Amino acid sequence: MQAPVHHILALTTIVRERVLPVAGTVTARLNQKVSSGDVIAEANWAREHILLDVARALRVSPNAADRLLKCKVGDTLAASAEIAVGKGLFPRSVRAPREGKVVAAGGGQVLMEVGETRLELRAGIPGTIIQIIPGRGAVIQTAGALIQGVWGNGRIDTGLLVSLVEKPDAVLTASRLDVSLRGSIILGGSVKDAETLQAAAELPIRGLIVSSLPPSLLHLAREMRYPIVVTDGFGTMNMNSAAYKLLSTNAKREVTVNAETFDRYTGTRPEVIIPLPISQDPTVPRDVDTFAPGQQVRLRRPPSAGAIGTLVSIKPGLTILPSGLRAHAAEVKLESGELVIAPLVNLEVVG
Amino acid sequence: MPTSLVEGDSLLAVDVGAATTRAVLFDVVEGGYRFVASGQAPSTAEAPFKDVSEGARNAIENLQAIIGRALLNGSRDLITPSQSNGSGVDAFVATLSAGPTMKAVIVGLLTDVSLESARRLTETIYARIVDTMSLNDHRKSEQQIDSLLRVRPDIVVITGGTDGGASRSIQKMLEPVGLASFLMPADRRPAVLFAGNQKMESEIKSLVGSLAPLLHFSPNVRPSLETEDLDPAARELARLFVNVRKKQIKGVDMLDIWSHGHILPTGYAVGRMMRFLSKVYSSTKGILSVDIGASASVISAGFRGKSTLGVYPQFGLGENLPGLLNYTTLEDILRWSPLDIPSDALRDYLYQKSLYPSAIPATKEDQALAQAVSRQALYLAMQTARRDFPRTASTLKSGLLPLFEPILAGGGALSDSNRPGDGLLLLLDALQPIGVTTVILDQNNLLPLLGTAAARNNLLPVQVLDSGAFLSVGTVVAPVVSTTYGAPILRAKLEYDNGTEARVDVKFGSLETLPLPSGTAGKLTFQPMRGVDVGFGPGHGGTLPVSGGALGVVFDGRGRPLNLPADGVRRRELIKKWRWTLGGE
Repeated sequence: MQAPVHHILALTTIVRERVLPVAGTVTARLNQKVSSGDVIAEANWAREHILLDVARALRVSPNAADRLLKCKVGDTLAASAEIAVGKGLFPRSVRAPREGKVVAAGGGQVLMEVGETRLELRAGIPGTIIQIIPGRGAVIQTAGALIQGVWGNGRIDTGLLVSLVEKPDAVLTASRLDVSLRGSIILGGSVKDAETLQAAAELPIRGLIVSSLPPSLLHLAREMRYPIVVTDGFGTMNMNSAAYKLLSTNAKREVTVNAETFDRYTGTRPEVIIPLPISQDPTVPRDVDTFAPGQQVRLRRPPSAGAIGTLVSIKPGLTILPSGLRAHAAEVKLESGELVIAPLVNLEVVG
Repeated sequence: MPTSLVEGDSLLAVDVGAATTRAVLFDVVEGGYRFVASGQAPSTAEAPFKDVSEGARNAIENLQAIIGRALLNGSRDLITPSQSNGSGVDAFVATLSAGPTMKAVIVGLLTDVSLESARRLTETIYARIVDTMSLNDHRKSEQQIDSLLRVRPDIVVITGGTDGGASRSIQKMLEPVGLASFLMPADRRPAVLFAGNQKMESEIKSLVGSLAPLLHFSPNVRPSLETEDLDPAARELARLFVNVRKKQIKGVDMLDIWSHGHILPTGYAVGRMMRFLSKVYSSTKGILSVDIGASASVISAGFRGKSTLGVYPQFGLGENLPGLLNYTTLEDILRWSPLDIPSDALRDYLYQKSLYPSAIPATKEDQALAQAVSRQALYLAMQTARRDFPRTASTLKSGLLPLFEPILAGGGALSDSNRPGDGLLLLLDALQPIGVTTVILDQNNLLPLLGTAAARNNLLPVQVLDSGAFLSVGTVVAPVVSTTYGAPILRAKLEYDNGTEARVDVKFGSLETLPLPSGTAGKLTFQPMRGVDVGFGPGHGGTLPVSGGALGVVFDGRGRPLNLPADGVRRRELIKKWRWTLGGE
């Protein structure tokens, strides 16, 4: 049976697409070396529109209004700029209510984009530009450690990793956060309260890696301006041993917390990337595998949800689980030495 | 059935679900169509595959291993037609529910008329309505444009205007749709279904035709103010849904080619089957089908040829699970649990399960949570679907469900269980059927596939239904009564074909069973107490022929509506007792 793969890798080649949410200009060049803070693309983005009914304002037919327009599509207009002027001794006029750009004109109407803001897309991860996506962004390649998570708040940043936990089941509290951590990426355990997230924001930190968050904190976590990656799940869960070992042994290194939203259809996942020097490119990780004895696997659901173990054997036929359900299952030896039976659909290969 | 009536075409049907893809073979056995076997594999609509054909091929390969017959060639292409060496199949059909819930915007003139029809129409596919526009919408055009740009719909469903009636108002309302589409990148523009005033086709083409990547027209859902006819529009919307999916998910186009266009949204295919069955079962009662899976809960009902269909992604058990709390509370879900589980644990479960929709409960605690969530999701889906049942549908008391015969149930939450009693209790709790009805479990999830196959071979669904491919769980007797716990409400006598008989006294608040094995029949005589109604009128008894099933005849004496005790300890004890009565642990 095919097995999904959860990447927790000490050294691998990482290839990531970074694109603008709207069309814009790509400033990066092919083969350019970039650091995480470099701007690689930019765009102007207007969130609001104004539809002006010129024909109605001038009391003329739509065709006549089109002939009276003093602007065309693409024009940038200042606030109060004339858009159209009627005829007669005391002609009526239509003016731009706000500064903006004409995006459509016709049928006696003018549609303007207003409230434009400038978007800058940063590289996010240090590496080499290996592909330009015209008008949208670029593909960046780097090498290093990769730790995938299960939830991210949509932000990205880079900084020095500081571990505040001594074991995978630790809980991070606000009292552990002091000014010496300003600008750091914090490796925390489980976070259980809003004060901890807010204290981290006040320092501010550059990123937070936690094992779990209660669902009640997700709304606040999304509002934080620093990236947050959850490695294991919701509620109170220990950090899986593979992620904990890799992260805690890389403390004091520069890491990128790419807290992308998990999208099962596009494949984007929140992740922590630790760039490492290499003499030759390591292999690109595989995204799918086939279950086989000897594999390191992670349990997605109880019993022992989040635990890492070794797949001992795949049971023949269907197994009746303690829940009463029938499923293809495997015997898994946890790191504690305990043997558990888990349905294959609840397992993912770690690698 | 004489062999001469059957051409002998084998048919392979594939259902691509959110979590699992199933391949099912139907073939002629002893002169009639039979369900032969099914194979399944994890669905592959999601990354890293992003190609549903991979899961379909894997499921077909698993089916090949079971039947010992090649269906795919060395290049993993379908072998068709069937070959003299036994390999291949003659026909292929597919159903599809995988993929992200589509975002739909509905446009109509009047909120209570055309917009309501648009809502009902959109609920026949796997879509969530993210915005509505009508004459009652007081937003400015630019606000509507900004809203459309923000929500980025996949589909816009436009209704409104009787044939030959209003057109200027619809034109006005389409302006924001056209302008917003113009402002979107070409590859993100929404597909459009127009199901309104038929005289406006050319105007619609000029307004949005060049901007919509897909523009479909269907007959008007409201040809006149008093008449609603959703079926032709639902058929067109189903086709549009598949066409949008072809653009969104790789591999759907291949299934479309293999099936020669016989690919339908799974929920719609169930609805089609129910339309067909409601004509076959010409009873005064309705016929009901429920399906609860990762993508959605689907409720379809037929009433003498008229049918309703509701596809509710918001009540699916997969990635949309956290959104369930927009419709219910943790306490309302936990009332169904036989175990004392903290509400925080349930909230964590909903979020964690949404990460892994294909994961299944392995422990008793996880199963208790999964079953409680399934009950509440199905209960909410049923309450939502009831809005659209005909007012003339026969019932025993207003506010309760109409009378149904039979109730067909399927979906992962029901079919994965090893114990039919678990599934039956879930249905009794969530649906709360009344009177006497037969409950049939579609353990192989064949119903949507039969609905799709019907278009290629109208003999096949009838013969497969008659062949015993579905599991008869039993006959349910659910009196309408409300009294004190333990009060006698019903006496019943079951006479078996061999002349023996069994009796039961049903008390309020209890579940009771009388054995009646599958394939056997009996005669059931009721003596309800005063005020108790099983379908013969309050306090009136009668005799009915009943057929057997895995659990025989099940008496649900818990009253309607079902009121669970407020005291948690007592409630959980009762739930455990009810489960034990129906063969659970």
